Amino acid sequence: MALLEIKNMRVEFPGRHGTFTAVEDVSLDVNEGEIVGLVGESGAGKSTIGNAILKLLQAPGRLAAGEVWLKGERIDQLSDHEMLNVRGKRISMIFQDPMTSLNPIETIEYQLVETILTHLDISEAEATRRAIDLLDQVGIPNPAERIKQYPHQFSGGMRQRVVIALALSVEPELIIADEPTTALDVTIQAQILDLIKELCRSRNLGVILVTHDMGVIAETADRVAVMLRGKLIELGPTQQVINAPQELYTQSLIAAVPPSNKKIDRFPKVATEDSEGSALQNFDLSGHWLVRGDTYSTGGKSLLEVKGLKKRFQVTNAILARNRTYIDAINDISFDVQAGETFGLVGESGSGKSTVARVITGIYPATGGTMRFAEHDLTSAESRAEKQKVRRDIQMIFQDPYSSLNGRMRIGSIVAEPIVVNKLAGSTEERKEVVADLLELVGLGKDAARKYPHEFSGGQRQRISIARALATRPRFLICDEPTSALDVSIQAQILNLLKDLQDQLKLTLLFISHDLPVIRQMCDRVGVMRHGDLVEVAETEMLFETPQHSYTQALIGEMPKFAK
Amino acid sequence: MDRIKRALDSDLFYSYKSSPLALVSSIVAAILIFSAVFAPLVAPHNPFDPGSLNLMNGFSEPMVPNAFTGDTFMLGTDDQGRDVFSTILYGMRISLFVGFAAVVFAMTIGIVLGLTAAYAGGRIDSFIMRIADVQLTFPSILVAMLVFGIAKGITPVHLRDQVAIWVLIISIGLSDWVQFARVVRGAALVEKSKEYVEAAILIGRGPAGIVFRHILPNVLSPVLVIATISLALAIISEATLSFLGVGAPPTSPSLGTLIRVGQGFLFSGEWWILFFPAMTLLLLALSVNLLGDWLRDALNPKLDD
Amino acid sequence: MIYSILKRAVQSVFVLLLVGLVAFSMFRFVGDPVDNLLGQERTEADIERVRQELGLNDPFVVQYWDFLSNAARGDMGVSFRQGRPAMEVILERVPATLELALVSATFAMTLGILLGIYTAIHRKSWISNAILAISLIGVSLPTFLIGIFLIYIFAVELGWLPSFGRGDVVDFGWWSTGLLTWTGLKSLILPAFTLGLYQLTLIMRLVRSEMSEVLKQDYIRFARARGLSERAINFRHAVKNTLIPVVTVAGLQIGSIIAFAIITETVFQWPGIGLLFINSIQFVDIPIMASYLMLISVMFVVINFAVDLLYLAIDPRLRDGKGA
Repeated sequence: MALLEIKNMRVEFPGRHGTFTAVEDVSLDVNEGEIVGLVGESGAGKSTIGNAILKLLQAPGRLAAGEVWLKGERIDQLSDHEMLNVRGKRISMIFQDPMTSLNPIETIEYQLVETILTHLDISEAEATRRAIDLLDQVGIPNPAERIKQYPHQFSGGMRQRVVIALALSVEPELIIADEPTTALDVTIQAQILDLIKELCRSRNLGVILVTHDMGVIAETADRVAVMLRGKLIELGPTQQVINAPQELYTQSLIAAVPPSNKKIDRFPKVATEDSEGSALQNFDLSGHWLVRGDTYSTGGKSLLEVKGLKKRFQVTNAILARNRTYIDAINDISFDVQAGETFGLVGESGSGKSTVARVITGIYPATGGTMRFAEHDLTSAESRAEKQKVRRDIQMIFQDPYSSLNGRMRIGSIVAEPIVVNKLAGSTEERKEVVADLLELVGLGKDAARKYPHEFSGGQRQRISIARALATRPRFLICDEPTSALDVSIQAQILNLLKDLQDQLKLTLLFISHDLPVIRQMCDRVGVMRHGDLVEVAETEMLFETPQHSYTQALIGEMPKFAK
Repeated sequence: MDRIKRALDSDLFYSYKSSPLALVSSIVAAILIFSAVFAPLVAPHNPFDPGSLNLMNGFSEPMVPNAFTGDTFMLGTDDQGRDVFSTILYGMRISLFVGFAAVVFAMTIGIVLGLTAAYAGGRIDSFIMRIADVQLTFPSILVAMLVFGIAKGITPVHLRDQVAIWVLIISIGLSDWVQFARVVRGAALVEKSKEYVEAAILIGRGPAGIVFRHILPNVLSPVLVIATISLALAIISEATLSFLGVGAPPTSPSLGTLIRVGQGFLFSGEWWILFFPAMTLLLLALSVNLLGDWLRDALNPKLDD
Repeated sequence: MIYSILKRAVQSVFVLLLVGLVAFSMFRFVGDPVDNLLGQERTEADIERVRQELGLNDPFVVQYWDFLSNAARGDMGVSFRQGRPAMEVILERVPATLELALVSATFAMTLGILLGIYTAIHRKSWISNAILAISLIGVSLPTFLIGIFLIYIFAVELGWLPSFGRGDVVDFGWWSTGLLTWTGLKSLILPAFTLGLYQLTLIMRLVRSEMSEVLKQDYIRFARARGLSERAINFRHAVKNTLIPVVTVAGLQIGSIIAFAIITETVFQWPGIGLLFINSIQFVDIPIMASYLMLISVMFVVINFAVDLLYLAIDPRLRDGKGA
């Protein structure tokens, strides 16, 4: 008998535009000591299944049909009161963001002891002992001392361990882990996944691992269930699904995952309904407005040269200067970017890689060091007009597709704004034509101009962002985590588009990402950043095959391996 | 047409259609505002035309023909024989004018200072917000009274009644700008940290272009909510000040002045002189408040109170 | 943490100096102080003598400093109307206002927090909707109207409670209290209710919106997923997280209550500092206005400072200096 059995589950959300079916006819089982991966893109309904099992659906969602059995006992019909003896005691849950999963104003001890005493009839002293023991098991050093602390005194990875300790506190039979490592850095991610695997084996736990990340599934799950728009479309042992996917969607999903072990030229075309292609193939760019900008030679030198760059932010203020605290976001780094190449910057959160982009573009002033772009010195004090001429050549694509477009402007105005501000078009007609061409070029079509950003999906918004960046006729494009907020199939399309544009327009790219496989696909050379230092710069293949610096070795060693 | 269709299809309009409270309160507010603006056309009498007054009509009960003249007044008359319904319409005119003008005044100061603080940051920001903090320490009604008291002290006696309305507007406006400044600054800081602002810097927009073309349009919805709630508050503040005798002068009575006058007659049985202006004030404030409340929920901006 | 306390202290001093400047400017520029002291028959020499005596010929900063040091000693000049030291006139009326404010603050805070919690937990129930609808009427109804209606019903029509004044008071040194006599307590009911009602609705709505926000947080969902009962989630986790931000606002509300007492005191002819202040505005009695302003600022600053310290004490995130 399976530990958990879901039979024909259906979850509905009644709303203004009719009833939305988030989960449709899903049947799934989980055995003891088994990790079942639930994978799918955003909106696939994978998180909803977890919430539905515990009857924690957000209103107005409801379990419309189906059955949930736990060890031969039907639990979907239990009352709210009876569910209290299932939640936490028999089935536990781990949420995505450890920073918000814990009550900020109570100690870890309070939260652990409270949970233990809710379910077990033991003394408070016993509960405290048990809590310390739990922290020890999830790998928190000095548990007896740290248990007295508040959540904000723990780092992200440590907090997720605390969350796991809380989930395990009454020895549940099943754990539902909802994107447990999405908010964590890659090195921490590996540790947390190892911990979950280890606990699953040693305690014979069943685990449902909900994730969007094929790499995580490949490393962790025994079986995998693939979801698409609320339906379970493929279920099987992990290796079988990855290596010989049966369904077309699964095939395209897997094709879109950047392989960690080799570089491919372009991601294979993905046959999903809502994919958009680039119109580049049937676009004749010779003599077009886009390639008409001033050209100037770099005289055989690199296009961008950064020397001894420093950036320091003040963190806390104080009356005395010596009591103020600063953070050195960038510590004396130097690198250069050759015309036409893609230079990658990789690092974990807080490594300073995004700050580098903002200092180069002049959004933040540099604290020290020099930057040369073509024949211009970016750090020297030139007039604003002079600066703007150089700046126009350096444009940026941002991480968050939702905040990088002004929601009050139509797409046409957004894309036209750089042309208007820099007076790049001779007439209104020419400007309109250029905007239409740009939208066509990034694969949206000119009709998009009349719409507002909220009418577009994340991937489409990134295309708009790209069109806007191209509207100044830049030569240097900085991509700051351009796909980290996107689903993997959309990511593949955007990365292909960037490669196509680079070829056609002879662009130079600075590509910033935390995602090593993506870096491997995109970059010619890579710099590895850590705590504001550039620890290693190498040709991409060299870096992945023979990393020199110990930190690079650790990063590459712990990235989820996904090979086909 | 495109715009109208879009507006009719928007979530905001849907929320409006499906909220009976919002519908009713907006209709009530519209009727009140309309009849106040067109008071000279709507009111049956002009209460400030001495020629049309008949002292014999004094203290007529609502809907009861006067014992001496036989005239009937829907809401009765006051001691001087003025038609209460007409005085209410003219009084509401003053209340609404002061309310709207004070809110516009407060909103202008608040938006300018809030945007400046958010965009300039650093010392300018600390300076503006420190002043706002200091003022916030004092409840707005007290600030309004102080401004009023000081203004009264520095205006010559013979001008006091003439400028009273403007002093009132400035007092209430000055007491309320902090709300706007704080909300605008908060919202503008959020917008400023968004990537579209960085994109605007990169394409070469100057500070003015960024503030007015990009940030301002994005902070207007919380401003709208605050403005609506402030309007109700300003109307109540005006009434309160006038009631306390430090507001609209007896020569141009607002609803508050009417209530102040009517209070004297309440205990001697002429309840209608106080009751109807009081109900009008309540209806006005309530309908505007309900609209503000609905807007707050519908636009759901994160407001820090 | 020491830095933030110090910053607050400096800010408080700054507030007082600024208020002092406003009060001083009132003396200096609103009406001519010489006019107030000398009658119609005066000579140039008299004027000059008085100007010299009052220090009006000294530089602005010196005059401001003199004003501040006098104020610190409680010397705010002589009331134009009553001819007695302004501080003395004000101080004898302080107990009446403070008692009224304290009683209504307690009433507003207790009921406001309880109703706020109730309406946040039972969002959809008709009782919550009724409470919210009534609260909106409460916000839209000016305090003075509530007072008038209450007087009309309970004093005029029913004759249960007095319509004005403080009733009998008992003196303890310079403090006089109405809390110990039957008439004093009866007199307190209507004004305290009137004064507290508006604050009650504000606090209730604030608690409700804060708590609704807290209930949406991940840690509440996680607590639910751990099998904690709704009771434990609402009262142990949510209420505590709600009340931390509420503390600040509640502190400000106490200040508001003292200021709003002006209206209530006028309606009920309550012999407190608010009534004194409103009369002094009508007669442009600057020393009383200025003294009121100074006194009430000191109260506000003390309350705000206390609230800040309390905030630091109860929020663990601020306690060890992390965060601003």
